[in-house]
Amino acid sequence: MRFREDSPVTWLLTLVLVVALAVASRSQSSAELSPGSADLIRPEELVKALQSPTKPTILNVGPRMIYVQAHIPGAEFVGPANKPEGLEKLRARVGSLPRDSFVVIYCGCCPWEHCPNIRPAYRELKQMGFTRLKVLFIATSFGSDWVEKGYPTAKGEK
Amino acid sequence: MTKKAAVVIAVIGIAAVVYVHRRTVSHQASSSNPPAPAITLTDLNGNALSPSGYKGKVVLINFWAAWCTPCRAEIPQFMALQERYGSRGFQTVGISLDDPESTLRDFCREANVNYPIVTGNQRIAEGFGGVLGLPTTFLIGRDGLIHAKHEGETDFRKLEQQIQDLLRSSAQN
Repeated sequence: MRFREDSPVTWLLTLVLVVALAVASRSQSSAELSPGSADLIRPEELVKALQSPTKPTILNVGPRMIYVQAHIPGAEFVGPANKPEGLEKLRARVGSLPRDSFVVIYCGCCPWEHCPNIRPAYRELKQMGFTRLKVLFIATSFGSDWVEKGYPTAKGEK
Repeated sequence: MTKKAAVVIAVIGIAAVVYVHRRTVSHQASSSNPPAPAITLTDLNGNALSPSGYKGKVVLINFWAAWCTPCRAEIPQFMALQERYGSRGFQTVGISLDDPESTLRDFCREANVNYPIVTGNQRIAEGFGGVLGLPTTFLIGRDGLIHAKHEGETDFRKLEQQIQDLLRSSAQN
């Protein structure tokens, strides 16, 4: 069968292909870091990890404005990951880390499914080969899901 | 004392107890609400927005950002509230955190926002006790106190009820 550019069949098949790719891409991004994902760590679990002798490297990949008001003690600011310069900062920070390091990234800028920072950061670190990467699950905001729960907090720049 | 007099005294007594109780409850509710910060803001047109300018009004402060999808989605509803209640002493102010002014101007022009938008900063956010996520919305009563805080996506049914309640109350409550 030959496909002609001006053939309705060709156009229809092209349309079907585009729609299928769009649906597949959307399914992948909505499944990625879904609430049941093994790559997530819940706030109460991270609090326990902070008290253990082998603390993770904690990286804040969200907006600086929120980080300076409050952040997890020991967390380093390497954001925002939705901007090229933020991703570059993230790459530079983790570049020298062993790929089996326990690393936790978090944001908390806005409701989880809409966060523009956490998924780009996650993909970047996965591509770099980090095998013990965890993403802190913050459902609504850093304020309501961490600070207001009374978990440890620090202020200012680091 | 006649039976009629006793009934009248009893009714007056009950009314007095109810009045004092309501004053006490509303005072307690007010004293647990922090005062809104006395910060002068400047909108995108260079107009100063000072606390004295909003004295006696019910003010909604919405912290948002143009990169924040749920924040942008809420703006038409804030515009609708402004349209509906603006003539009754209600004022919305949008404070953008983390957006360049050019982005805000473009957004406001395209969306035809009907309330002032200002560029926020850390000092302003901390004046409200910290804004640690977007969207975050505060409701300030005619008494200058913060009566409600909504974090994350706003429950607009609840918010509108709160606005109506605050518009009904006077500044003395």
